Amino acid sequence: MNQQHEIAIEIGGMPILFRTHDFSFREMMIDRYGGFIGFLSRPTLEFEVELVTPSGEMESEEDAQVEMRDGLWHFRRGDFRAQWDPGAGRGYIRQSANPYSVDSVLRIVHSLILAGKGGFLLHAASAIRDGRAFLFSGISGAGKTTISRLAPPDVVLLTDEVSYVRREARGYHACGTPFAGELARVGTNCSAPVATLFLLGKGSENKIEVVNTAEAVRCLLRNILFFAEDAELVEMIFRSACDFVDRVPVRRLTFVPDTRVWDLIV
Amino acid sequence: MSEKYIGRSSQIAARVLGGEMMVMSSVDSTFFTLNEVATAIWQAADGRTPLTEIVVRNVCHEFEVDLETARRDAEQFVSELSHHGILLVSDHPFDMSAGPVEAA
Repeated sequence: MNQQHEIAIEIGGMPILFRTHDFSFREMMIDRYGGFIGFLSRPTLEFEVELVTPSGEMESEEDAQVEMRDGLWHFRRGDFRAQWDPGAGRGYIRQSANPYSVDSVLRIVHSLILAGKGGFLLHAASAIRDGRAFLFSGISGAGKTTISRLAPPDVVLLTDEVSYVRREARGYHACGTPFAGELARVGTNCSAPVATLFLLGKGSENKIEVVNTAEAVRCLLRNILFFAEDAELVEMIFRSACDFVDRVPVRRLTFVPDTRVWDLIV
Repeated sequence: MSEKYIGRSSQIAARVLGGEMMVMSSVDSTFFTLNEVATAIWQAADGRTPLTEIVVRNVCHEFEVDLETARRDAEQFVSELSHHGILLVSDHPFDMSAGPVEAA
């Protein structure tokens, strides 16, 4: 009999179960998601992973496409095809034996689930200091990895690439993610209330400036990971961004790449 | 020149934050911040009030702007927002929930 192997990856307190017939693929996932392996007994949703030989079509550079049809979410990119039934909490992924496809499906699924709960995934590094989380947002090259690399020992790094922002009754929490950038290191699986969102920029001096509300919302919207062209989701993301800016201080952080920038992060 | 009627699209999300009106199209994700005058026009855009009346009552009167300038600015604002589907424009009154009905 072809034995099934299972692994649960828990991000933001939400375990997602992956089931595969390939033992070595499961081992590869365990290596990759280290501190984010969760309990198998209480998954939020489940995916069957079908490993296939890469075809010419699946080696294309096609961007991720996410759409809702007949109550099912359909995800596709050059390297995978996936479907998720949000009602049943089940889906499948058809991909070659690589670690990147599951990573993309995780980002898409979490972005959709968070959107419905007032949260979002953000292009941002994030870290915890003295029990408070700080987000450092910006496009590629803005300094997310640099500021993560400069973090002093008392700082717990949540991610250097994609931050997980969850809506709570009293504000927002940032949770660690395994989504790594150039640092190539998974974050720490813990969370804390968000104290400040910094919009990153490199400059000739370290300084923090106030950002007006409209600019804060505009920058936040620009950096939220957003896959589906779905009107209802767009509206939810907009409301979440406005609510976030209404509750969390947003500042522009210009910095020179040395450790003194962390003197400002208190 | 024929009269224009403007109404807010249902395919938008809008919120006042920090004293500013922010509007986002749920169709193409375009994001706008409206100034005070644009907000006044936006809020009065009910599909039934002629644009000229909105300009006179909500702009000239409230912001002490001459009619010619106010009308020119309003036309430009309406043109830009209607281009993104955020404002609906018609040459006759319409129900905002149904949208403007094109003349046969």
